[in-house]
Amino acid sequence: MSLGRRGGLVALLAPAVVFIVFLFIYPFLYGLVLSFSDPSGSFTLANYERFFGDWWERRTIWVTLWISLPVTVASVALAVPFAYYMRRGIRGEKVITFFLIVPITLGTVLVSEGMLTYMGPTGWLNQLLMAIGVVAKPVRFTHNYWGVAISLLIQGFPFSFLMLLGYISGISPDLERASQMLGASRIQTFLRVTFPLMVPGIAISFCLSFVAAFSVFPSAVLLGEPSGPTRVISISAYHWAFEEFNFNVASAISIVMAAIELLVISGVLVWRNRMYRGASIVGKG
Amino acid sequence: MKDFSRFTISEVTKRFGERTALAGLSLELRRGEFVTFLGPSGCGKSTALGCIAGLVPITSGKISIDDECIDDGRTKVPPERREFGMVFQNYALFPHLSVANNVAFGLKLRKLAKEAVAQRVDAALKLVHLDGYADKFPAQMSGGEQQRVAIARCIVLEPRLLMLDEPLSNLDAKLRIEMRYELKALHERLHVTTIYVTHDQQEALALSDRIVVMQTGRVQQIGTPEEVYASPANLFVADFMGFKNIWTGRVESARESGDGIEYSVALDGFTLKVRGAYREGDRRRAAIMRRLNDRREVWTAIRPEDVQLGGQGDNVVRAKVVQVEYQGQVSQVTAVAGRDTRIDLRPSAPVASGGTIEVRIPPEKVLVFADGEAG
Ligand SMILES: Nc1ncnc2c1ncn2[C@@H]1O[C@H](COP(=O)(O)OP(=O)(O)OP(=O)(O)O)[C@@H](O)[C@H]1O
Ligand SMILES: [Mg+2]
Repeated sequence: MSLGRRGGLVALLAPAVVFIVFLFIYPFLYGLVLSFSDPSGSFTLANYERFFGDWWERRTIWVTLWISLPVTVASVALAVPFAYYMRRGIRGEKVITFFLIVPITLGTVLVSEGMLTYMGPTGWLNQLLMAIGVVAKPVRFTHNYWGVAISLLIQGFPFSFLMLLGYISGISPDLERASQMLGASRIQTFLRVTFPLMVPGIAISFCLSFVAAFSVFPSAVLLGEPSGPTRVISISAYHWAFEEFNFNVASAISIVMAAIELLVISGVLVWRNRMYRGASIVGKG
Repeated sequence: MKDFSRFTISEVTKRFGERTALAGLSLELRRGEFVTFLGPSGCGKSTALGCIAGLVPITSGKISIDDECIDDGRTKVPPERREFGMVFQNYALFPHLSVANNVAFGLKLRKLAKEAVAQRVDAALKLVHLDGYADKFPAQMSGGEQQRVAIARCIVLEPRLLMLDEPLSNLDAKLRIEMRYELKALHERLHVTTIYVTHDQQEALALSDRIVVMQTGRVQQIGTPEEVYASPANLFVADFMGFKNIWTGRVESARESGDGIEYSVALDGFTLKVRGAYREGDRRRAAIMRRLNDRREVWTAIRPEDVQLGGQGDNVVRAKVVQVEYQGQVSQVTAVAGRDTRIDLRPSAPVASGGTIEVRIPPEKVLVFADGEAG
């Protein structure tokens, strides 16, 4: 390549590089540096010691995983059969899709507030359950673990479902037909062809749902018990940043969050590569 | 290979709502035969294959092998138990499986021992000249190689019937001819009963024992390549088989003789003498004679290759050359005779565009159809 052409390439790439550096890399590096500094700016590990040394803070990791992992597994596990069923399109698909998009567009806060009303002790869900005699006294759906989990599921499921649907409808129906022609029953076809081909889509939607659920904040505050059982890691970070005004510890907590997310994502990608080896190859035609 | 003596498709019809994609397909396949469904895009070829495979539920009709009813619209053997093989137009190889595992897919379902599977996979890959490709993935292979994997994946199961849906249409011209040759060689080796779908008449002629010509869901003609090529049953088949010069005119005089009919047809600006070799009993002869006696309109058809440049005798026509396309051995020339009659020809001698030429239309090479539709 001549020097002139290389120069042209750099010029073309420059805007994108600048964009990525300023939007992603710079804030991340800034946070990383903050997390290893004391307020005067010199290097220290104290911020991490503060977090890991305190049982109450350390515990937020397990609290958050305990909410986000089951919710993510549940929303993806629910999304797989629905997406599979709707892979060729069904009647009323547009309406269903619309109602699934609504909770995503409304946002966490609005969904949480809605849940507080209709799932609260005097909300219509409990009234209905009591009226038909399923329960004798109101069930607590809010201000506990379940409140947060349900609200995350309401947002996580449509997200996983729509992602998977897009993914699965891109799988050629001829592959299922070919499998059938080779002697596979419907179940065998699902297990040997459709599901393995869905694995990359499942992995991606799991990762994104997990990251969203792991950084849960509004619903953990509004629907949970932020002082204890649902004191998730983002509440801890918020506490250090805006109640203690110690951005160094808050940054350390953010870095811990990122590290845990990366760990889980790596685990998922390892699983994906086990299940689907063909994906490492760039497809053509 | 599981034997059968009669594979019968009778009156199989498929409707999608109002639209009839396949109208009463009837066909009896002999064991080991190579039959081609030939027709333009959208004529129902894939639908026909789908119906036979069981992938498309049929509206009515019946498919049976000897005394075993495969499908009669109400009860049907599911596709996975028909023991038919299908090569899809886009090959439909499993992208997450290696070549060996693609080929082994059906064998593994049949719970064969590991060694037996490996052995048969090896043999099948060797058969399609892909030994050494076992560990590759489909995405790492060229179209022609993928195609051969798809074929190996079917034949390794020794299907009762092998169906191929336009298997060569995604390949370039050179590879298409190579693969056509290999397909033929493979069929001659294995003698698997085959239904082949294509819209390419060259392919159909080169490969088939019999050709089923289709249009808009309807069978137009069933016959050997020679029959379909030399005596198309109607104007549609003739057009498809390369009778590019199709003119309509009124019959002026006709004389029936022992082995044919001689008559002249008034075309737009000149008169065409025709000598039709319609033997006694030919369905078309009777139909044409009826039309002749009625002095009705007929269609004449002749191939561009049969039109001669210059010459003497009957049917010498002066024509103005409007287009010349050089194609090597021959040129493709379009000329206009009479008032507005287009003549296509393929002379080997050079012809100048814009000039005037004399062409001869051999009377015995002209086909006459009494009706645009069925002969
Ligand atoms: N699932 C379907 N629903 C409605 N109409 C269909 C369906 N499948 C096929 N058709 C119609 O049936 C007709 C025949 O289709 P088919 O795919 O069999 O054609 P084909 O001969 O294979 O064409 P091509 O050479 O383009 O593959 C077409 O007019 C098509 O629009
Ligand atoms: Mg087709």
